[in-house]
Amino acid sequence: MSALPSAAGLAVGDVVAERDYHLTRDTLVRYAGASGDFNPIHYRDDVARSVGLEGVLAHGMLTMGLAVQPVVDWLGGDSGRVLDYQVRFTRPVLVDGETGADVSVIAKVGVIDDAGARIDLTVTFNGETVLGKAQVRVALA
Amino acid sequence: MPVNAELAGRSYPSAPPYLVAREKVREFARAVLATSPLNLDPDAARAAGYADVVAPPTFAVVVQEHTLAQLLGDPDAGIDFARVVHGDQRFTFSRPIVAGDELTATLTVTSVKSLGGHSMVTAESAIVDAAGSHVVTAISTLVVRGEE
Repeated sequence: MSALPSAAGLAVGDVVAERDYHLTRDTLVRYAGASGDFNPIHYRDDVARSVGLEGVLAHGMLTMGLAVQPVVDWLGGDSGRVLDYQVRFTRPVLVDGETGADVSVIAKVGVIDDAGARIDLTVTFNGETVLGKAQVRVALA
Repeated sequence: MPVNAELAGRSYPSAPPYLVAREKVREFARAVLATSPLNLDPDAARAAGYADVVAPPTFAVVVQEHTLAQLLGDPDAGIDFARVVHGDQRFTFSRPIVAGDELTATLTVTSVKSLGGHSMVTAESAIVDAAGSHVVTAISTLVVRGEE
């Protein structure tokens, strides 16, 4: 495992992690089971369309959950260094039954202070951001 | 039925204690595509100073969920679940959740606002361990769409 990041040598605007995720319907079913969120809009197109959606959507909490993982890995895999994590759900992630969905995460330093740093996440799907004000407060070594 | 404007400040009784199981943490970690050994391997977690596997940050939603069910199931709250959209989510930690924790969550509605025909309900669930020490507060803002 790599050395823990410290504030020294870190500058606002630095990209500390980035990763691309490919989601499929399997990913959604797995998250439904693990989280207990069995809302059928996350696995049935007919139900999703009946409430005016284009099709099955990823759970917002799945997107939130995976978006922080590159930061956790940057923190030496220690999710205990995450002090605060917030997001706003701004756009849905449509997961096509055949082609799935590609979500990309870029994590940049937003603020450095005595408590550690604020890492700002840019999470995009189809070229548009899907999370707003996605901020992770982290403790640094 | 509109959201009850008097809801702000209301607290619900604590949800029954939630015992965090190792396999549940591992299942959740895989589901959010976590790759850290601390989330999956008890030996790696112990080597890092934890008693057992560490839950990913958003695992707290599983514990919070039981309190949101109280709010959504309260007829007096006036929240029509079919019209609810998850607006914002936040977790503020004193420490991470670790397998073996027995957690108790208590929900308080902190604000109810009206915006363009919709209602925004913000609820905080304070989650404490068996000793009563704070672990994490999970904060959700639910947008309840108005009737057309």
